[in-house]
Parts: sequence; C-alpha cells; structure tokens
Amino acid sequence: MAFDYDKWIRPGKLPHIWCPGCGHGIVMKGLIRAMDSLNLKKEETAVVSGIGCASRLPGYIDCCTLHTAHGRAAAFATGVKMAKPEMNVILVGGDGDGTAIGGNHFIHACRRNINMTYIIMNNYIYGMTGGQFSPCTPTGHKASTTPYGNPDPGFDIAKLAIGAGATFVARGTAFHANQIDKLIAEAIQHKGFSVVEILDDCPTTYGRRNKYKSVIEMMNRLKEVAVPVKAAEKMTAEQLQGKILTGVLYKDETKPEYTAEYAKVIERAQAAK
Amino acid sequence: MEKTLPKIEIIEKYCKGCHICVEFCPKDVLEMKGFYASVKNLEACIKCMQCELRCPDFAIKVITE
Ligand SMILES: Cc1ncc(C[n+]2csc(CCOP(=O)(O)OP(=O)(O)O)c2C)c(N)n1
Ligand code: SF4
Ligand code: SF4
Ligand code: SF4
Ligand SMILES: [Mg+2]
Repeated sequence: MAFDYDKWIRPGKLPHIWCPGCGHGIVMKGLIRAMDSLNLKKEETAVVSGIGCASRLPGYIDCCTLHTAHGRAAAFATGVKMAKPEMNVILVGGDGDGTAIGGNHFIHACRRNINMTYIIMNNYIYGMTGGQFSPCTPTGHKASTTPYGNPDPGFDIAKLAIGAGATFVARGTAFHANQIDKLIAEAIQHKGFSVVEILDDCPTTYGRRNKYKSVIEMMNRLKEVAVPVKAAEKMTAEQLQGKILTGVLYKDETKPEYTAEYAKVIERAQAAK
Repeated sequence: MEKTLPKIEIIEKYCKGCHICVEFCPKDVLEMKGFYASVKNLEACIKCMQCELRCPDFAIKVITE
C-alpha cells in the first residue's frame, strides 16, 4: 500500500523547494517513515536545523520544528533536549552546515553523548549558496571556489563522529532509499548521540561541475561506491579501494548519556542545599 | 489466479521531471511524457514500490488494493 506521507507533512507545503532529483527529498521521506514506524508523537518530537538547502527540511514536517542559525542546530537542539529530556530531538542539515561553520557544535554534541539523532545530508558542497566547496568536498573535485580542483582532503564524517565520542554512527545513501528509514529509526532508538550520514546528491551545483551528465548518473555512482559493512568484512583492501562503507558503522551502549548525567548533577546540587 | 493491477497516481503538481522513477523501475512501466512522469505499461507492474520510494518529490503513489 502506498505510504501515507501526508500525515507528517504540513498542509499546503508541497511541492518543496529542492531541485529536480535533489536527494534531500528522499532523505526527508526516510525520516518520515522512521518517525512513523516508531509511532513518535508529534508534540514530543522536535526536528531542528541550521541553514542550507538540507536545513530547509523542518519547514515541511508536521511536528515541533526549529529552523535556526547556520551551523547552530546542535546548540539549539541541545537547549531543547536539556529543557525537555523526554522529547525526541532530531537534528538535520547539510555537510557545510554541520562540518564547516557548525563543526565545533557537532564535535561537542558527539563528545557529550547527548541523546539526540543527527541526520547529515552530505552532498559534498554548499548547495544553497551556489556550490562553494565544503570540508566534505573530495580532493580534486570542482566547486565554484575550486575551479581547478579542490586541494583539500575531505572529512570522513563517520570517523569524525566516532572520534569525537558519538555512540551510534551509521551511513546510508540517497540511492539506497529503503535503508534510510531503518538506519534513522535505529539511531533514534539509541540512547546517546547518534549520527546518520546520508551520502546525497546535488545535481545543480555539484553534479554539473563534476561531469555527471544526469541525476541518474549521480544515483548510480552512489550505488556503485556503497558497500554494506557486512559485505566489506569479506573483501580485500584492494576490492575496497574507492568504496564507502554503509550500514551501522559503530555502536557503543556503555557510555553515560548526558541528560541522565545532568539529572544526577541536579540531584547532587539539591541535596547540597 | 488473476493478477490485480495497482493504481499508479502521478501528482503532476509535485513532479519535477527528474526521471528517477522511470530509470529505476525494474519493469519499464513508466516513461517521461513531456515534462512529467507517466504510466506507459501498467500491466508489467510488479508493485515493488521502488518508484514511490525513490521519488524525491512525493509525486508518485502506487495504490494497491
Ligand atoms: C552565518 C552565515 N554564514 C554563511 C551563510 C551562507 N550559507 C547559507 S547555506 C550555506 C551552506 C549550506 O551548505 P550545506 O549545509 O552543505 O547545505 P546544502 O545547501 O548543500 O544542502 C552557507 C555558507 C549563512 N546563511 N549564514
Ligand atoms: S542546490 Fe543542490 S542541494 Fe540545493 S536543492 Fe538544488 S540540488 Fe538540492
Ligand atoms: S511499483 Fe515497481 S514495477 Fe510498478 S511502476 Fe513502480 S517501480 Fe515499476
Ligand atoms: S521520481 Fe517523482 S519527481 Fe521524478 S519524474 Fe518521477 S514522479 Fe516526477
Ligand atoms: Mg551540502
């Protein structure tokens, strides 16, 4: 049966602003299916973003939403979670928002292991502002600000998150649409800071410059580079050359969660009165 | 047993003509007609829901039953 997305979309908000073939819509659908599968209550769920094409997502979703300042989704979301720890807090945004201007907030949310889920749509570029390179643009690739090829190495978002202390880290792609909801649902259920990176496509500002003839070519590239972690275990280093692992990459259920730890601080402070 | 066909609804108001549904339908059921996606051969549909799942624009629904 057709999935009923309408019940999670604010009336009159479609069509959305994203370009033809932009993967952000595919990710939004995955998030909706995940929230629906977990029976999340709209009044107990907050979707929080910064600025960028990806960060426009909360505007469409019918639940508690915050569209904040560039790179600051984690700061605002932390405020929501600390004030109302019972809420499901989900951050969404792009690679630029999360790893450039918001990189600092990102690593500290990871470090605290605060019980929130961060969905980062990595299209390797600043889409909204016309295709400047981001910290995730791969070496050699072209952006409006690197017309002769990007000299910088790109971040590996998953490794960055693990290194900074996130306790659930997963990766999917806009091509593997039916996996997105499952990864997000598992991330939301995890008690701690969970990061789901979705490799995405920006045909308008990235594809064009990097010689992708169409959205379909970009989708097929995602299909080709992705290797599920389980399958990778049986592959040689040579076979894994140029591939990107997908699935749940890291999970640690032993680390203390921040709001629970903070509740103890409140208790200690009250006892000391 | 007779095969029941789904109803495939394409919401032209939302469709942005990206070709994704057409390209990734395993049974070549869909085609681009002018700017929009359109059903070419409903008989071949196996109700795999790939088109509905992949459409970035909430523009295609596969209604079964
Ligand atoms: C303080 C501030 N600096 C810069 C900008 C301009 N700006 C808007 S969106 C954006 C980058 C967005 O890139 P990303 O987060 O990857 O999202 P995408 O558009 O690719 O989905 C920038 C630099 C801004 N809005 N605010
Ligand atoms: S500019 Fe890129 S990221 Fe922004 S909506 Fe268009 S395709 Fe998507
Ligand atoms: S349900 Fe599957 S077979 Fe039918 S049109 Fe969609 S993609 Fe093609
Ligand atoms: S995938 Fe959606 S937006 Fe793209 S052509 Fe098909 S119906 Fe239209
Ligand atoms: Mg981006």
